[in-house]
Amino acid sequence: MSALRVLVGCKRVIDYAVRVRVKPDKTGVFTDGVKHSMNPFDEIAMEEAIRMKEKKLASEIIVVSCGPIQCQETLRTALAMGGDRAIHVQVDGKEYEGLQPFHVSKILAKIAQEEKVDLLILGKQAIDDDCNQTGQMTAAILDWPQATFASKVEIDNGSLKVLREIDGGLENIKVKLPAVVTTDLRLNEPRYATLPNIMKAKKKPLTTKKPSDYAVDISPRQEVLSVEDPPVREAGQKVESVEQLVQKLRDAGLIVS
Amino acid sequence: MKMLRQFISLGTCNVSATGIRHGIRKELLIITHQRNVSGVPASADRLEDKPAHTQHGKFEILQQKPVTNKPFAKDLFLGKFDKTVLVYPEISDRGELAELNQMVQHIERYFTESLDSKSIDINAEISEDVMNHLGELGLFGQQIPQEYGGLGLNATKYARLAEITALDGSIAVTLAAHQAIGLKGILIAGNEAQKQKYLPKLATGEHIAAFCLTEPSSGSDAASIQTRAVPSEDGKTFHLTGGKIWISNGGIADIFTVFAKVNITAENGEKQDKVTAFIVERNFGGVTSGKPEDKLGIRGSNTCEVHFDNTPVPAENVLGEVGGGFKIAMNILNSGRFSMGSSGAGILKKLIGLTTEHAISRMQFGSKLCEFKLIKEKFAKMAVTTYAMESMAYLTAGIIDMYEKPDLSVEAAMVKIFSSEGCWMCVNECLQVLGGQGFMKSNPYERYLRDARILMIFEGTNEILRLYVSLTGLKHAGQELKELVGKLRDPLNNPRLVFLQLWNRLSGKVREKPKLTLRLNEEVHPSLKNQTDILEECTLQFQRMVEIILQRHGNKVVQEQLELKRLSDICIDLYAMTACIGRASRAYCLGLRNADHELLLTKAFCHEANARIQQNMTALREGKTKNNDDTYMAIAETMFQNKGYAAEHPLTVNW
Repeated sequence: MSALRVLVGCKRVIDYAVRVRVKPDKTGVFTDGVKHSMNPFDEIAMEEAIRMKEKKLASEIIVVSCGPIQCQETLRTALAMGGDRAIHVQVDGKEYEGLQPFHVSKILAKIAQEEKVDLLILGKQAIDDDCNQTGQMTAAILDWPQATFASKVEIDNGSLKVLREIDGGLENIKVKLPAVVTTDLRLNEPRYATLPNIMKAKKKPLTTKKPSDYAVDISPRQEVLSVEDPPVREAGQKVESVEQLVQKLRDAGLIVS
Repeated sequence: MKMLRQFISLGTCNVSATGIRHGIRKELLIITHQRNVSGVPASADRLEDKPAHTQHGKFEILQQKPVTNKPFAKDLFLGKFDKTVLVYPEISDRGELAELNQMVQHIERYFTESLDSKSIDINAEISEDVMNHLGELGLFGQQIPQEYGGLGLNATKYARLAEITALDGSIAVTLAAHQAIGLKGILIAGNEAQKQKYLPKLATGEHIAAFCLTEPSSGSDAASIQTRAVPSEDGKTFHLTGGKIWISNGGIADIFTVFAKVNITAENGEKQDKVTAFIVERNFGGVTSGKPEDKLGIRGSNTCEVHFDNTPVPAENVLGEVGGGFKIAMNILNSGRFSMGSSGAGILKKLIGLTTEHAISRMQFGSKLCEFKLIKEKFAKMAVTTYAMESMAYLTAGIIDMYEKPDLSVEAAMVKIFSSEGCWMCVNECLQVLGGQGFMKSNPYERYLRDARILMIFEGTNEILRLYVSLTGLKHAGQELKELVGKLRDPLNNPRLVFLQLWNRLSGKVREKPKLTLRLNEEVHPSLKNQTDILEECTLQFQRMVEIILQRHGNKVVQEQLELKRLSDICIDLYAMTACIGRASRAYCLGLRNADHELLLTKAFCHEANARIQQNMTALREGKTKNNDDTYMAIAETMFQNKGYAAEHPLTVNW
């Protein structure tokens, strides 16, 4: 089989090192003036695609991001890492707040078909909403096989051998191409984009699209009722003896009397 | 007002009404600077007066850089204030800024996540892996033009990256020794063949460069070097012999910029030793380097002796002209200093961040540290100093980027002095807030303190640079004031003038507040009026003081180092105020986040600076008999006669 055309999803999320703050009206978290970067799992996806290209297993890497104009910075990073061209599906403001894996997967599926890609690599989840749905939904829409939580990927004559991280341990599966792969943490260690490549990335093509270009309706299907801080851990109590401890646990209804 | 509307329709800045005003002033700044080159006096007051734009509504003028600027700091010595400098420079191209931010983000990640600065310090070595990675990142060719494989960064972008690379002192110095001085000679004085031959490998870090000037008997006094280069009879080769010490990258460099004396025959037939710059490859032979010095700070950077023993250097490796080396050395050093401001600010922003976290969480006496006023004051003062440092650094870099051959060596020296001292002071204060914890090697504070110490010493000690600032300024002023000063110093032939000056001074006119005539407040946001008034008043006082000093000492002013130091300190504060005011005004006009905080920082800085300036003015006015200078000199002389502390032990008896 000839070299693959690979599509990689790159979501722009609040940087993992930032302490997230909930807005006072509980509609979401503060994003203005907050440092953003590429979703770490998407970086792993990007790295995997680049390694395929370096081994001449992939011919072209297309990167895509859905969201506000700033997503173009994330896409430039992906191009600097080694992507060939980028597609930015612009979704702004209120609409972006309501954008869910349900919508994104439809958009990704459309792009995958239009660009005739053989392999779609996505992060297993984004670190902001932790949905862990987009890869699976996209595979369903395309009716392609899916290999989620990949910890090792090998291309083997028109199919993929994927080592998956599952609850009980590891699982080896083989899927036929075209397929959707979602990356787990241990798949690889993403590279740093170098400064010369960042400069070269400026010249790589980046097209801007709208969801309507792909005939995808992005009206929200769910409503966020409230976003709240995790409960603050309460101070512990000291007890003098085992008897007292048992008594307290009993009073709290935590052990059967 | 026709122009105004055009500016708006051009969309130079569509943030707010005041934002537009700022945008316009920026355009005007560029135009007026351009106009100065052609000899037309600048006037930012009349909008209608500006040169025409092309039919497409874009300024042709912006395409090419004007040659050089009016020297801002030097003109301050004459009481001339170039108001356009109050318009703080910015990167107007959105894409360029985004690209820069992206670069910063990536290197920052490497420096904060992967780099083990602690072991670099302990092992006193930067591992090969790290060096290779720095090379891959592209950090060795930051200012090398793209056609030679570098990044081609301008001064502003270079300064921005320096904020990050400074997070590891050893790496920062290794990179700076390589490109701010080591290969700078090839960049500014090299010919095309030399650039083609050397720059591409230097840009990737495959070759490392070093700058070899200092010798055992020649530190700050660079003209006194002993290393010699003797031309062969056919003139095709020079043979280089001599020893250099404390050479950063000396042990790892492949390419050296070496300064040596060549005996040449001057036009009048006299034989003279003149400093010449050479590009020397390690593999020319006869190049040996000593073992790495064990240092207080920047321990991972390689510093050692480099010896040249009859090293053959082909004549085509002479940089610039034979005998033109001293000027090249000074140009290299002068052009590298501006970035120390942003490096210092980078370190301080990181440490202040760490220290605030400590102050917010550490409890003592039932309160958090951050609730104590003594601690609050420390933080506020650190922020004020950092703000001034950063403002000066980016103002200087911004002006450098506007011109082909910028004249900013005085400003760069001032940035270096202010930021090296500010950095030392603030790192020290951060450590103090941590108390005992700051003293421990398990925290990075002591390392940053040790690393920061070198800043006041290298690339020209602060003492030498202070003399450089004031003497350069006085020389500039002296040329213009020659006639006045000459007459004043000759009272018998110019009684009326001298009497008037004396009368003015005795009647206290000099001491009075000068009348504000520069109207600086019109250049910035009205909320900074008090600060511009302070700046203007100090500038005018400074001008008078320069006249007095020149009159007092004439050419002998060179000997008056203590007065020269005070003039420099005043000039530094004036420049720093200018930078802070311009920046805060821009931030406030654009409505940047925490812009009101910036106003407070600027107000606080101007207050501090004014207090310092007035103290210096008083000391200068009083003269050495009253201001303690003579006493200090007498004390010092006794000490040198006694070879040390000369007072008897308090327990001594003489009966």
